[in-house]
Amino acid sequence: MASIAGQESPAGNAGLWDRFSIRTKRVIWAWGFLALPIVFYVGIRFYPTVQAFWLSFTDWDLLRPATFIGLENYRRLFADPLFWQVFRNTFTYLIIGTPVSLVLSFVIAFYLDRVRFMHGFIRALYFLPFLTTAAAMAWVWRFFYQPVPIGVINDALQLFGLPQQPFLRSVDQALPSIMVTAIWAGLGFQIIIFMAGLRAIPSTYYEAARIDGLGEWAILRKITLPLLKPTTVFLVVFSSIGFLRIFDQVYNMTTNDPGGPLNTTKPLVLMIFQTAFSSYDMGYAAAQTVVLFTILLVVSLIQLWVLRERT
Amino acid sequence: MRNRIGMAGLVAGISFLAMGSAQAVEIEYWQYVFDTRVKAMDQLIEKFEEANPDITVKHVTFPYADYQTRVVASKVAGQGPDVVQLFYGWLDNFVAGGLIKPLDPAVFPTEKIESEFFPIVSAMKRGDSYYGLPTAVRSLALFYNKQLFEEAGLDPNKPPQTLDELVEAAKATVKHDSGGNITSEGITVSWEGQDHQWWREVLIRQNGGQPYSDDNKQVTYNDEAGLSALKFITDLQTVHKVGQAGFMDEGQAAFRAGLAAMTIDGTFRLGAFESNPFEWGVTELPANADGVRSNYASYFANAIGATAEGEELEAAQKFLAYISSPEAMAIWLDVVGELPARKEAALTEKNLADPIYGPFLKGLEYAHTTIFVDEQAQRQVAIDMANRVLLQGQDPKDSLAQAAQEEQAILDRFYNK
Repeated sequence: MASIAGQESPAGNAGLWDRFSIRTKRVIWAWGFLALPIVFYVGIRFYPTVQAFWLSFTDWDLLRPATFIGLENYRRLFADPLFWQVFRNTFTYLIIGTPVSLVLSFVIAFYLDRVRFMHGFIRALYFLPFLTTAAAMAWVWRFFYQPVPIGVINDALQLFGLPQQPFLRSVDQALPSIMVTAIWAGLGFQIIIFMAGLRAIPSTYYEAARIDGLGEWAILRKITLPLLKPTTVFLVVFSSIGFLRIFDQVYNMTTNDPGGPLNTTKPLVLMIFQTAFSSYDMGYAAAQTVVLFTILLVVSLIQLWVLRERT
Repeated sequence: MRNRIGMAGLVAGISFLAMGSAQAVEIEYWQYVFDTRVKAMDQLIEKFEEANPDITVKHVTFPYADYQTRVVASKVAGQGPDVVQLFYGWLDNFVAGGLIKPLDPAVFPTEKIESEFFPIVSAMKRGDSYYGLPTAVRSLALFYNKQLFEEAGLDPNKPPQTLDELVEAAKATVKHDSGGNITSEGITVSWEGQDHQWWREVLIRQNGGQPYSDDNKQVTYNDEAGLSALKFITDLQTVHKVGQAGFMDEGQAAFRAGLAAMTIDGTFRLGAFESNPFEWGVTELPANADGVRSNYASYFANAIGATAEGEELEAAQKFLAYISSPEAMAIWLDVVGELPARKEAALTEKNLADPIYGPFLKGLEYAHTTIFVDEQAQRQVAIDMANRVLLQGQDPKDSLAQAAQEEQAILDRFYNK
């Protein structure tokens, strides 16, 4: 390497660079390459983040220059009943959505792992929803939930003589109806990750356990679950962030009355979107974003702490 | 050496371009993407450029969802359009943001505007100045399905003319299954559609009320008139059971599918309804028992961008005058199907006799226009008001009071800024 570089560079230029050892040159090269993504991230991610924090202390509305108003946006936010309703909705998505989707995907992965018949095909079927655009899926589900005569689910209920359900047109049923679709959409990805985790556990452990006469339940509890922990931690954090940031499903299933009826399905992200891009209240929207950021950070840290390795 | 030649070429090029611009002006026209509107505007630009060979108009379009944001962002970047289209309800924001400039009364005399355009043009006036002129306007009417009328034994050529007749016709045409579920609506209940406009500017006024104070700063519908108006629409679902919010997803979808006998919608829906596989008709919005009618009209206006100066301003004024001329309005009606904003161009015998345009045009004569300060938020207040009654069984009186309070807060925040 060094000799080639030496041949190429004329003697006059052989100054500083040639005096570095190969080791130093390697480090310089490595940092040179690493600098690109770092610069990119600082420009694309960190700078706007800092900017958002600043905006949250202003009354910027895109049109007039921003003026500093201190904590006014936060005061308004915490006094806004809509914010607290949206806050409750967001946590309902998180607290019900994450455990249900994880248990479901684990059970499916656990049994799918043992299925040999058409294994690949079944796995593909589960993964398919994950590949589909959330917006398209939401629209299909939106039509499933319609009242008779076009709603598939209500048509089926009618067939069995059951009363039709309002689903998306109900203040109680709308949020669970949307959550079901979000869980279903994320299932494929979680199953694949769980299955990869299951495959990574050496089969010798299982053989040893069976020779020692351990039951299936004990094997699951003592071997499978503990060894799956890194996978579980990853999925808990990943899925929690997903549910905290839920938007596509809600927006597309309720476009006529976004987050409705009566804001019962509105998550924080949708509130931010509306404040920013239909009311042009950028400062207020930035304050909401900062709150969302804080929630995401705290929830992730708590999860990492609870599920940390105790060794 | 090579550089120097290149440089000389560049300088020559620039001076050539500069010479060119002394003779020809290019102005930018901005509007949002909507197939027929873009087509119509292209035709207008072509005709305008033929008549004014020294002016070229660059037609720039954006998706509707980003449109306002783009206009606002262009101001921040200092590269705004010379002539820009805006919804009348955005005017306060556009003026406050310095995005557009008032029309020069020497070029667009105020008396002429007020005598030649429909009175709803006054929504573009702030103080003594007009800020824009519409090419076309939209109003509401009652669409009805002639086939369903016939099946129910009603005369398909005699649509309801009063609110009582409307309820009767809806009762006659609605269909239920054995479980009591609606399978075909008598009239759609669609607050997300046009019902909130019908309530605000039509029913409240027909009940003797007024939605807002004259200076638009106070909500004035929290009274008997507002309550009767709200109850008229919610009763369609809760008492008469002739319609159901959310049926077929949206009112217009139900009507298109032939599963609603009547729906209230605007001129902008004509294109979508054109291909309906059944015979349908249009009639004026029903009058109240005393024969009082009202309507809600809205429009997109064209205004002159704040950055237009000098010869660009002159060209922009010429272009604005052309696209709000009777000739342009006739083309717009033909291509887009929206009604001319000038009385003279709209109220021709041919248009008034038209079975479809006629009812919409009659509506324009007594139409009102809501001055929105945050259209989406105010619309949401009305939707929520209806949902509290329809979904939570709240007393309409309480729901109305809550809506008035919420909307007042929106107005206060805007006017106290």
